[in-house]
Amino acid sequence: MNNAYLPHEAEIVARIQEAPDIFTLRLQFTDPELQANYSFAPGQFNMLYLHGVGEVPISIVSDPENANLYDHTIRVVGRVTQAMAALQQGDYIGVRGSYGRGWPMAEAEGRDVVLITGGLGCAPVVSVINYVLQRRERFGRLVIMQGVKHSNDLIWREQYAAWSKLPDTQILLAANETTPHWAFDSGFVTDLLDKANFEADNASAMLCGPEIMMQVASQRLLEKHVAADDIWLSMERNMHCAVGHCGHCQFGGQFICKDGPVFPLPAISHLLGVKGF
Amino acid sequence: MVMHHFLARTDFHALLDMLVVEGYACIGPQVRQGSIVFDRLHDVSQLPTGWQDTQQPGHYRLHQTGSPYWFDWANGAAAIKPHTFAPQENLWKVVRDESGRLHFKTILPKPQKIAILGVRACDLAALALQDQHFLHGEYPDPYYQQRRDNLLLIGVNCTHAAATCFCVSTGDGPAIRSGYDLLLSEIDDGFVLEIGSARGEHLAKQLPLHAASATQQATAQQRMQAATQQSRTLPEKPPLYDLLQHPHWEDVGARCIACGNCTSVCPTCFCHQEVEHPALDGNSSTHQRLWNSCFDPSHSHIHGGAVRRTPKDYYRQWLTHKLAGWHEQFGRSGCTGCGRCISWCPVGIDLTAEVGSLTA
Repeated sequence: MNNAYLPHEAEIVARIQEAPDIFTLRLQFTDPELQANYSFAPGQFNMLYLHGVGEVPISIVSDPENANLYDHTIRVVGRVTQAMAALQQGDYIGVRGSYGRGWPMAEAEGRDVVLITGGLGCAPVVSVINYVLQRRERFGRLVIMQGVKHSNDLIWREQYAAWSKLPDTQILLAANETTPHWAFDSGFVTDLLDKANFEADNASAMLCGPEIMMQVASQRLLEKHVAADDIWLSMERNMHCAVGHCGHCQFGGQFICKDGPVFPLPAISHLLGVKGF
Repeated sequence: MVMHHFLARTDFHALLDMLVVEGYACIGPQVRQGSIVFDRLHDVSQLPTGWQDTQQPGHYRLHQTGSPYWFDWANGAAAIKPHTFAPQENLWKVVRDESGRLHFKTILPKPQKIAILGVRACDLAALALQDQHFLHGEYPDPYYQQRRDNLLLIGVNCTHAAATCFCVSTGDGPAIRSGYDLLLSEIDDGFVLEIGSARGEHLAKQLPLHAASATQQATAQQRMQAATQQSRTLPEKPPLYDLLQHPHWEDVGARCIACGNCTSVCPTCFCHQEVEHPALDGNSSTHQRLWNSCFDPSHSHIHGGAVRRTPKDYYRQWLTHKLAGWHEQFGRSGCTGCGRCISWCPVGIDLTAEVGSLTA
């Protein structure tokens, strides 16, 4: 029997420092057969294991058509990611995956894509941006909306600047607190929807970030007549096993690791915004 | 037509002897520290002769009835779960060599044939649910599988329901209908025996069995009837997701001390956590899983803190998952009416009463 709990050795082929506390690991399985058969979809995640320390679930941000290498962008937030920050090119870690249901990229073809994110960078959505930009002709307009608490929190400024120069791509950024040099909006990311340029009846909205932000954004999208089935949310809960066994990521009748992390709004709308659930 | 055999009480030791010959370690009920526990059973004399339980919310006591019966009690704190889903087990080991390469190796439990004697209907129903969870999904669990494959189950129909039992209302008991290798119904001078599997048949062939008489079968039925008298009930599918903001959650949250007893005695709870045990020399590490509870403050931890932070949150998570979420995940409720969570709750929280208050 295949053991879904067992990690496999992977080599760090490259390490990229994205921001002071954010880094990307480019990985490859050392077993050539395993690597050759490996596949993933945008929005899926791997469990990354650091020797003697433990495992963490991390989104895959690179392109699924180039699965012989795969990238993870990691923010230092806890015990394991803190220790992972010390890893260098040529080091080895454990990887198992890919796990979960990703973004509905096939359903989104031929439509406008609206991405709404909050917080310090949102790796699951970066995979969508990369995916759309690699296949630009297959999608309509791309709207990238990102909100941060303080304007200093915005990472990947260069990338936003680069994306904003692309055709049919709109970048909308908001910060609750701003410094004088902030060239974008102040307030909540959800307030920017009036400026977003997309066709409500032909758009797929993909959301990632704090639940309250996703809840408000979903409501605004519905008010703009985006269909509930076209609104997708990437949820977050504690994950240990990643295969729906350990129960930590329980969310109503769903296991977020297995049935998500990406859900269509109607599957979870009754559970959103319930404090402490 | 099911064949009903009879095994005399005086011949019962032959069953235990047979299990030894067939290479099984026998686990069975016995009285220890004032409760019925399931542990290694070597001899018939260890069985709980004449012991019966009194259970109430937050209350479990044994008393002597002086009867000849060995199985005239409802249930103790645990029966099967620890033998398939181990409370603590190693999953894999990793060795780091001098060049930094990592060598991962699965640690499977060693095959050990175990026969469990005295399994009840509620627990067999719970085992079927655990099978569904660990074996019949997208990612079958090899650790659980190993233990499950080596399990022989000798069920005993209940003849005494505790005041905390409600298996009739969940549809899981007191009669055992499936999932056993051998099934026993206790009467005065022995047991009416039914065969449920090829392995059970293999054992039965070697036992000194007689054909059960119509009277013996009728007596067994009658004795089981006594266990259908249960005062507690549970609605099949309480609409708990519609009641997430109900004020009663605050009430039960104020009583709950978040000890997690309900989850550890529950035969269907499957939550666990994974922990790492690095060796002192830093070159190898063992990855282990342990039972965990949704009443543990770290259970819902994500960066930035736990999602659920108060006993109210924990209890709501437990009850909505057990009685509502399970329907979506497994096609039925996660409760089989054993009543353990009621008896073993130190403050006497009663799941059936809480559901009653929430849905009133």
